[in-house]
Amino acid sequence: MALSGVEIFKHLPKTNCKKCGHPTCLAFAMKLAAKQASLDACPDASDDAKKILGESAAPPIRDITLGTGDKAVKVGGEICMFRHEKKFFNPNVFAVAIKASEAGDVAAKKIEAVKTSEIDRVGQKLRVDAIAVTDEGGDAAKFAAVVKQVVDGVPGVPLILVSKNPATIEAGIALCADKKPLIYAATAENAEAMANIAKENKASLAVFADGLDALTALSEKVKALGVEDLVLDSGARKAKDMIEHFTIMRRAAIKKNFKPLGYPIITFATRDNSVSEAVTAAIGTMKYASIIVLSSVEKWKMLALLSLRQNIYTDPQVPMQVAQNVYKVGDAKENSPLLITTNFSLSYFIVRGEVENSKVPSWLAVMDNEGLSVLTAWAAGKFTASKIAQFITESGAEKNVSHKELIIPGYVAVLSGALEEKLPGWKITVGPREANQLPTFLKARA
Amino acid sequence: MALVIPKETYSGKIYSIQLGSGAKAVTIGGASALPFLGFEGTFPNRPAVALEVMDIAPDDWPETLKKAIGSAGSNPVQWAKFCQQSGADMVALRLMGTHPDQKNKSPEEAAKIAAEVAAAIDIPLMILGSGHAEKDTQVLQAAAAATRGKNCAIGKAVEENYKTVAAAAMANDHKLIAMSQLDVNLAKQLNILLTQMGFDKERIIMDPMSSALGYGLEYTYSVMERIRLAALLQNDPMMQTPIVCDIGANVWKVKETMAPDAEMPEWGGLEDRALAWESVTASAMITAGADMLIMRHPGAAAKAKEVISELMG
Repeated sequence: MALSGVEIFKHLPKTNCKKCGHPTCLAFAMKLAAKQASLDACPDASDDAKKILGESAAPPIRDITLGTGDKAVKVGGEICMFRHEKKFFNPNVFAVAIKASEAGDVAAKKIEAVKTSEIDRVGQKLRVDAIAVTDEGGDAAKFAAVVKQVVDGVPGVPLILVSKNPATIEAGIALCADKKPLIYAATAENAEAMANIAKENKASLAVFADGLDALTALSEKVKALGVEDLVLDSGARKAKDMIEHFTIMRRAAIKKNFKPLGYPIITFATRDNSVSEAVTAAIGTMKYASIIVLSSVEKWKMLALLSLRQNIYTDPQVPMQVAQNVYKVGDAKENSPLLITTNFSLSYFIVRGEVENSKVPSWLAVMDNEGLSVLTAWAAGKFTASKIAQFITESGAEKNVSHKELIIPGYVAVLSGALEEKLPGWKITVGPREANQLPTFLKARA
Repeated sequence: MALVIPKETYSGKIYSIQLGSGAKAVTIGGASALPFLGFEGTFPNRPAVALEVMDIAPDDWPETLKKAIGSAGSNPVQWAKFCQQSGADMVALRLMGTHPDQKNKSPEEAAKIAAEVAAAIDIPLMILGSGHAEKDTQVLQAAAAATRGKNCAIGKAVEENYKTVAAAAMANDHKLIAMSQLDVNLAKQLNILLTQMGFDKERIIMDPMSSALGYGLEYTYSVMERIRLAALLQNDPMMQTPIVCDIGANVWKVKETMAPDAEMPEWGGLEDRALAWESVTASAMITAGADMLIMRHPGAAAKAKEVISELMG
């Protein structure tokens, strides 16, 4: 459990030597508690202090990295039940399953889908994160053939090796031993053999048991065998079991510091129907699954799932921002109206949506106000006449339109006079206060 | 180390609200724990899925949606019957034609259509104004009177018009949908104002303001989670009303449900993409605690019902 600043202070040297860069040990302790400093900065910390503070600093859910290099992904490390309490830190991994029986053309197609899966959304690059090779319908040789196809086709994409047969895992891992794959899974029957393979190859190991009690016991057993980087599967596949199991696991780890369940969760959201699969995987994203294996990764499905993941893993305390720009809405021409709003993503989405609804092609100038909404930005002095004037002049908005009329949000009507002074030759028009009145407003002008 | 299941102790409970009457009546709410945590609470009622119809033809709805509705869209009564046949638990009639920018239909015209639709179906009816706060007061008064005895949900009451809309619901024995703007405190405030004017809090359905996947969904999601936590853990009676999510109207105006394949090849096929967009949005709202959904695509509504069945176990 996380310690408070005062509790941490008790373990510090209390010399106020300032070598850590903070004026006193107490100030440093407060920074440690807020996770804004590292104990490494204290040259005089005792080994005992390091041990105690290190344990308390360890997240209640261990974080695990899959793969190596720039496509490696970190999962786990979460500290809260609800995103509004702090935030969800490490977005879940979406992996596509390729069966051993699919070696050859089918596998090649899926590999190509992963290769071309990257999309750009609100400034983030999102893609299918990993590939799970399963031994379904094939032998160890076929399994290894698919692993080879993956390693050759998309080098760097993290691998999950799925088989309950240690010999099959060995055949696969021989081809990707240096890539830190995830082995799935240790079971009650094969735990020793799987633990040995994981240790030899420095791989992470998933632990599968049917139900939470069996999973707890097996997780402890595998840890005792010397594997630290574990991932858990309680066998939950139905939506109800997913929500219940994953909530219990997360709660036990975070609220009770129950170590056997303090690891990332893996689940298989496979369904015959692809939309059903998307809807089920969505529940995994919202309710604490860290690795979600899908049977297919059509572009439309990934767009929906990656957008949801982005929504859920957004920091609630940092407003989502869109890039400052003059956006073209519809088939805007040089005589189309020019509107301005701030770059708070909700403001942008709502205003843009209503402009689209109006069916009046327009230019939407979105000004960087650090993600604040119109009224907040105005109150904070970030949406003032001089700043707007500067933005309009520098953004090149003038090049898009032949007229010199700017429509400002109704809530900042007070700015119109000052803006006309700062933007000589421009006509400032006060638009509606609420975005939902934009269609009426724009249609009346058209 | 044996696992002791860490359970929350909930002191509050969500009110149950019945809509409609007879064999096809629908009851929503009643949850005594956070959504679907069956190991620590009970969920007597499954979330209800309403399909939306309008009093005007859906000319400005995206093609994918118009195709799914087909010719039924040309007539509100046929459209409502089509929704019932498609497996909807309820019909949500949105009187969009009354909006001054649309057909500016009179309250009397709207009331007539509401009565006809109510008579044509035996599943419960929700009656929604066009969202024009001022016009809605007259429209909803007339529609509420014309459907008296049908135990409908009437809305949306908003800050600007809640007194009149709530009075209309009260006078005609309907339930009320009260919408606030994406804020826990505003939602609570509106419920307090309604109860202060004598409206029974156990007849209110709260609309926290929905948003579409990719377009602020996380705000609605977290507002709903916070409302549920306040209702259940803090036993706040003003937060214990069931929640409705009006998702179709949000989902079907974003680019992802409209852009053709050729325009956005990296987004995949439009038909599947649009269907997934409404289905995944529904899945998120259900997970956050929605008791009732207003949707537009019958196929997406079917997916929502499928996941609800899986969640209810």
